[in-house]
Amino acid sequence: MTADTKPLTYRVDLGAPLDLRGYESREGYAAVRKALREMQPSDVTHLVKEANLRGRGGAGFPTGVKWGLVPMGETAPRHKYLLCNADEMEPGTFKDRLLLEGAPHQLVEAMIVSAYAIQASHGYIFVRGEYVLAAERLERAIAEARIAGYLGANVLGSPWSFELFVHTGAGRYIPGEETALINSLEGRRANPRAKPPFPQIAGLWGKPTVVNNVETLCNVPHIVMRGAEWFHGLSQGKTKDSGTKLYGVSGRVKRPGLWELPFGVSAREILEEHAGGMKDRLKLKCWLPGGASTDFLMPEHLDLAMDFDTIANAGSRMGTGLLTVVDESRSIVSVMRNLEEFFARESCGWCTPCRDGLPWSVRILAALERGQGRSGDIETLEQLCRFLGPGKTFCAHAPGAVEPLQSAIKYFRHEFEAGITKPAARAAAQSAPQAIAAAQATA
Amino acid sequence: MNAEEPYVLHIDDRASIEHEIRHYDDPRAASIGALKIVQKRHGWVPDGAIPVIGHLLGISAADVEGVATFYSLIFRRPVGRHVIKVCDSVACFLTGYEEIRDAVCRVLDVGFGETTVDGRFTLLPICCLGACDRGPVLMIDDDTHFDVSPQDIARLLERYP
Repeated sequence: MTADTKPLTYRVDLGAPLDLRGYESREGYAAVRKALREMQPSDVTHLVKEANLRGRGGAGFPTGVKWGLVPMGETAPRHKYLLCNADEMEPGTFKDRLLLEGAPHQLVEAMIVSAYAIQASHGYIFVRGEYVLAAERLERAIAEARIAGYLGANVLGSPWSFELFVHTGAGRYIPGEETALINSLEGRRANPRAKPPFPQIAGLWGKPTVVNNVETLCNVPHIVMRGAEWFHGLSQGKTKDSGTKLYGVSGRVKRPGLWELPFGVSAREILEEHAGGMKDRLKLKCWLPGGASTDFLMPEHLDLAMDFDTIANAGSRMGTGLLTVVDESRSIVSVMRNLEEFFARESCGWCTPCRDGLPWSVRILAALERGQGRSGDIETLEQLCRFLGPGKTFCAHAPGAVEPLQSAIKYFRHEFEAGITKPAARAAAQSAPQAIAAAQATA
Repeated sequence: MNAEEPYVLHIDDRASIEHEIRHYDDPRAASIGALKIVQKRHGWVPDGAIPVIGHLLGISAADVEGVATFYSLIFRRPVGRHVIKVCDSVACFLTGYEEIRDAVCRVLDVGFGETTVDGRFTLLPICCLGACDRGPVLMIDDDTHFDVSPQDIARLLERYP
């Protein structure tokens, strides 16, 4: 395994991550030296744009474009912030944990180089409270980097100063949303904020702020060292997207796991070659391409390239790129009930459609699961999919919650219909409890 | 703790909170950290600590309470000596979290949100723990346990007296 093919993971060691000296002996902090000594901040941003690095947190927004919106120069605010979103909690996603626990110095270096590009004064790595080991290892890496002069006043003797801190969360899914993360970091309830203004203009404490995902940031030092052309080459011409991607599979497969692969490999390759296919002779029913808030895809979609545009064109989103596979033994209504229970519980309650709509969907799904749904329930779920969709709420929580639901109804409507009690059974239920059992037995 | 007595912040906790405050441009940002520091001492955040933290950060007690009640890992009621957090998100659902939950409930005779009569364990559900390739997953205090099976539960719990 080398930097040329697996830049993100070739230095990952979960058992004993490289300390400062070990990391430096394997090209560690070379990108900090190169950026600070040979490049202007705008050169770094330009290079990242040229490399076509897109956000690995799920949305796929071009990183360089995001950075390009930050005010620069003499007139820019003195305090600017780079936040690393290490609040990994999208169900089915387990990629950032590997980078945090296995190569903490890589992220620290990535933060420094990226902060230099936007001339940030402070950085915070927002680590979810449950990632105890990750936070410990990052604290140690930051302390080592500070002693070595990579952090603090006048980084490597340059005029630029940068302080970096670990900030640990205290639970809940919603702080993973960009603006909710900013509120949480400010010590407030993690409700999202309205955009605009975008964080790049007015984010943390009203100052210019960039929020990037762990995996996104970890690509930056490699782009600085090897260039945009090299980064394009990593995806081997399979896709418009560049670089490698941490892809993974969970569910009832032979070898669930996580692999750094060229961007744009097919879902089939990930599922069959790397994860070994379904286990116990189970059959694949459907799959989520990248987390709980992505639309289901079907077995016939397996040959699609796992890149942002291809998966979007198939009616879903690549999201975090970690597949969750559902086997034929599962009722889609049960899986949806589990998913919507999650989204309902994790709604911050700020917007009415989300706060009230999601528990409503759970009640309907639970009734359908018990075979006690009513006629009109499916139409109500479809209506909820519209009322909770994009543009109806401050953030993407509710729109994300309805993505799997709308696709589950699209592909498996018959399973939802099967959960509706027949009118005869309902009439009987109102008069004689015994009759319903008989009616259901014959239904 | 007697609710009538004013809460006295331990001198070490005060120092830790003041250290946290220095990481930020606004002391309010240390609110979650402060709550975690107090919780580490008592296992939960006693009522009296809320205004004391507010005073230290220069924010209202209501704001501190708002934060304390928002986040799932801050406890505003006493919990057991050990807190068990069972992942109930979709990947663990597919690999059998319900059997894990049922086994824990059976062994401890509690449901989600409850504490055992001997005050040893509190059981809670938790969001995806980011180890879906090794599910079902649960945490006990700060330890994450992977590939848990229902048969393991009794022996696993013995490690937390």
